[in-house]
Order: sequence, then C-alpha cells, then structure tokens
Amino acid sequence: MVTSLDTTDSVGMPVPAPSVPGGGRRRNRPGTQLIVGAALIALVALVALVSLVWTPYDPVATVASDRLQFPSAAHWFGTDRFGRDVFSAVMVGSQITLIVGFIAVGIAVVIGVPLGILAGMRPGRLGNLVMRGNDILLAFPGLLLAIVFGAVFGAGTVTAMVALGIGSIPAFARVARSGTLQVMKTDYVFAARAANRSEFRIALRHVLPNISGMIVVQCSVNFGIAVLAEAGLSFLGLGTMPPTPSWGRMLQESQQFLGSHDYLAMAPGIAIAVAVLGFNLLGDGLRDRFDPKMRSNR
Amino acid sequence: MARRLLSSLGQFLATLLVATALIFVMLRVMPGDPAVVALGINATPEALAQWRTEYGTDQSLALQYLQWMGGLVRGDFGTSYVTSQDLSPLIADRVQVTLILVGLSMVVALLVAVPLGVLAAVRHRYPSGVVLSGISQVGVAVPNFLVGVLLVAVFAVHLGWFPSGGWVAPSDDPVQFLRRLVLPVIALGSVQAAIITRYVRSAVLEIMREDFLRTARAKGLTKGAALVRHGLRNAGVPVVTIVGVQLAAMLIGSVVIERVFVIPGLGSLLVDSVGNRDLLAVQAIVAVLVLLVIVINLLVDLAYTVLDPRLRKAA
Repeated sequence: MVTSLDTTDSVGMPVPAPSVPGGGRRRNRPGTQLIVGAALIALVALVALVSLVWTPYDPVATVASDRLQFPSAAHWFGTDRFGRDVFSAVMVGSQITLIVGFIAVGIAVVIGVPLGILAGMRPGRLGNLVMRGNDILLAFPGLLLAIVFGAVFGAGTVTAMVALGIGSIPAFARVARSGTLQVMKTDYVFAARAANRSEFRIALRHVLPNISGMIVVQCSVNFGIAVLAEAGLSFLGLGTMPPTPSWGRMLQESQQFLGSHDYLAMAPGIAIAVAVLGFNLLGDGLRDRFDPKMRSNR
Repeated sequence: MARRLLSSLGQFLATLLVATALIFVMLRVMPGDPAVVALGINATPEALAQWRTEYGTDQSLALQYLQWMGGLVRGDFGTSYVTSQDLSPLIADRVQVTLILVGLSMVVALLVAVPLGVLAAVRHRYPSGVVLSGISQVGVAVPNFLVGVLLVAVFAVHLGWFPSGGWVAPSDDPVQFLRRLVLPVIALGSVQAAIITRYVRSAVLEIMREDFLRTARAKGLTKGAALVRHGLRNAGVPVVTIVGVQLAAMLIGSVVIERVFVIPGLGSLLVDSVGNRDLLAVQAIVAVLVLLVIVINLLVDLAYTVLDPRLRKAA
C-alpha cells in the first residue's frame, strides 16, 4: 500500500518529463495495494470458510459461568455478556458480511450493468429515461433504502441485502454507461454494425468484455460500501437479527461495556475495518491495472 | 447560464415529485392496516372504520398521495397514527439537530482535509505525503460508528473529558451544547476528512501536471504561489462534487452516529418510528432526508457553473 501511493504515474503512458510531479516510473508488477487488498479479502474469506466447519466454541452457546471474561488463552477475544466466545462470533460474522456483500453487489450488477449498457447504446430518448430513473434512485442512499425496507418488510439480512443492492444500481449503471459510450465509438463496433450484427450481439461480444474491468473495480468498491452499510444497519438493530452473529450488532452490544470491557468493541471493529480496507485497496489496485487513465486514490 | 439553471431546477422538481411518489408507494405496501396498528387487534370494526375516516386512510391512494403532497408543500407532515403527535414541529426540531451535527462535522472535515490533501499531493514523493496518504486510506475503511464507540471509550469513559452523549440546546447552555458535540462531530467528521483528503490529493496531483501550472511556474511563481493562484480553483470542481456526495452520505451516516451518542436528531426519530411502525412519521422523515439529498445534488450542480467557467459556456 505504502509504496504504490504515488500512483499518479499511469501504466503504459509515455513517461513524462521528470520534472512533472506525479509522472515517472512505470509499474509492471501488480501494485502493493492490489496485493494487500487481495490478502485482506483472502483472510476474511478464509475465516468465513473455516467457520463453516470449525469454530473454537459454539458462537451462540451461552455459558453463564463464562460471562464477560477478558481475552485469554481459552477465549482469544474474551467472552460477551452471555458468556459467548467473541472470537467464534467474529469468525461466523464474516459469513454474513461476505454474503450480504455478494448478494448486494450481485443484484446491483445484474440490474445496473444491462441498464447502463442500454443507456450507452441508445443514447437518445431511451438512454435519457434510464439515466433519469437512475438519478431518482440516487436520491435514495442504500442505508436509507434499507431502513425503509426494514420498516415495510421487516428488518433482516435478506431485506438489507436487497435494499443495499438496489441502492448500488446507480453506481453500476453510470459506470457501464460511460464505458459503453466509449466502446460504441470504436472501429470494431462500426465493423460489427457494418456486418449487420444484432445490437444484442454487439453488447455481448464487444461492449461487455470491454467494460468488464471497470465493472470489476466498481464491484470491489461497492462490496466495501455494502460491508459498511450492513454493519451500520446491524448496529441500528435493523440488519442481521440475533442470534446470528454480526459484526455491527456485536459493536452495538459492546457499547454498554465500554470502560470495563473495551475488547468487546475492538474485535468486531477491527474485523469491519479489515474487510472494508481490503475491498477498498483491491478496488484501487484493480483500477490501476484495468484502467490506467482512471488513477487510484480517488 | 440561465438555461442551465432552469434545466437544473426542472430536473430537481421532477426528481422530487417522482421520489416522493416512490416513498409514498413504498410505505403503503407496508403489510398491515394502519388502523389496526394504531388501535390494536382487539378494536371493534366501528372504531376501526371511524379511525380510517378520521385519518383519511379509507380514501383512494391517489387522493391520499395528493393530500400528503399538499401538506408537504405547506410544511404540514400530518399527525402520527401511532402517537397522535403533530409531526411538523417534531420533525422541524429534529432536522435542526441533525443539520447542526452534519454541518459542523463537514466544516471540521474540510478544515482538516483540504490542507492535508494539498500537503499529501505536494509532498507525494516524501515520507510525510506517503504517510498522510496511507492514514487517509485506512481512515476511509473505518466506519464512523466505530470511531464513535472508540471515542466514547477513551474520552468519555476512561478520561472523562467529554460527556458520552446526549443533547443540550445551544440556547439552554452553549457550553454544554458544544461539549456534547465534540465527540460526535469528530466521529462523523474524521472519516469524512479521510475521504475528502484522498480526493483533494488526487485533484491537486492532477492539477500539478497541467500546462497552466507549468506556465505559472515558468513566469517565476513559486510552487506554492502557483498552486494557490491557479491550482486550487481548478481543483475545486472535483472537490465540490465529493463534498456534495459526502454531505448526503453524512446525512444518512448521522442516523447511526445519533444512535451512538443518543442525539435526538432526525435519524434517531427515524429508527424509533420504524420500531413503532409509525408509517406516517417514517414517510415524512424519509421525504425530508431525500429532499435534503436532492437539494444537495442541485447545489453541487449549480456550484460547478460558478467554479468552472468552461461549463457555463457548454450549457
């Protein structure tokens, strides 16, 4: 992460005069951001996978005699007010985090990308209509949408995933549209059109592969956003419901023990930060790889 | 310029109209008859019918929407089905609290982020710039409520320097008002500062490569003077965008921060209303929040025109 912070040098661009700030060295190896980000995500994913088959303790088993124990060899991250093992709960919490992220980003990609491509290929009336709709959706931030959905359909993990997914559609539609607009100007699309290929085929064969890099970057960014939002919702009591362990709710529950049992806040807090940092770094790193013109650190 | 202004305004009104309709429809999907929610399942059919007439829920949805919209235009949010409270003064009161919190946090965030971002860009080849950039990268990943919880642990519980939460109106006791705001403002502002620092940094880095800056330096201006005289105004456009986006994000983010610090703002009212299944209150608060988001977007749109003369001509 640290060495790649001078990311303003762009891969593959002519090396600018040395006096120009930000210019200079080309980078051919994967950026440190990419490596660190991928490593953090791999860690979270690994923990989630392991927690499917093994946790040190049953994360939801309450043991009255073990209430509020400080971190020790037996309980690495201590125990909570019901005597539940915090380390086990953090492990299992990674599952919810990843699932919510996957489904939310999945919904946004499946709906947002086709809409964006459509708007890009038909920039006239139809494209405008799609983008206006997008602007309206933009007025409903994901977290707000999730709270409203919680009020309407009842709060829970599924509600949160769907709401956060819908809230992320505009980001994907915008990226897909601007990418499509560029691809549509290329010679090979002219050639495909001249060869009388159908619009659908052009979208599938030429547009989608060319914008996939940008989409992947957006996925990583929005994954981080979804993880943050899910934690926030669970913190509010409008996300994942007990007893399923969730980092946001663990953090909320830790609040009343601040001062005496700070470790209860640290464990889920660090977990959230690691996951979000991982996806942010991955997104920045991928952006450097896929799109030299769109520099990282944005 | 005038045309651009009008089209921005038109878009604003259209978005507002569709958005409020969406909110209305979404919340009317809510399972359960509001009359039953208000009166309980043991209420007699006559009582339910009377309630429906009183609150107008027996009318057609379109009519109910028009009445609600008519009320909104006049600043009348109606009467809560659940608490029978007049919502307008309640919401007006809560909006103030949230706006103070968000406004102050944004001011603090900008005061920190703009100098740090410029510094990180100017010194991007030096350790200080790299460290700044690294800190801001980590800061972006930390949720504001985590910062809030940690601040409470350190400065309220352990050190006892500030109260852990609550709200005192500035007119009641200005000192207590400020003391209670310190931690929430840092919690909400610090994460924003990290995000804005990153944008300022990359905006300034980009500007530093522009020809006009090289020209300014060739004229004999120092790096700093060239940046201040020619660079910052040009870096302003992307920064204004992100400030707008982040203001909207903070408005929503304050929902969680208000929970951490027990601040009676719009966000805590929203969460309480969701818990009470107070349909009309949720509808009104979401409408207010969405209105604020749309207004922010409009202001950002207008700010472009002021900041970048090139965009004025383009319109």
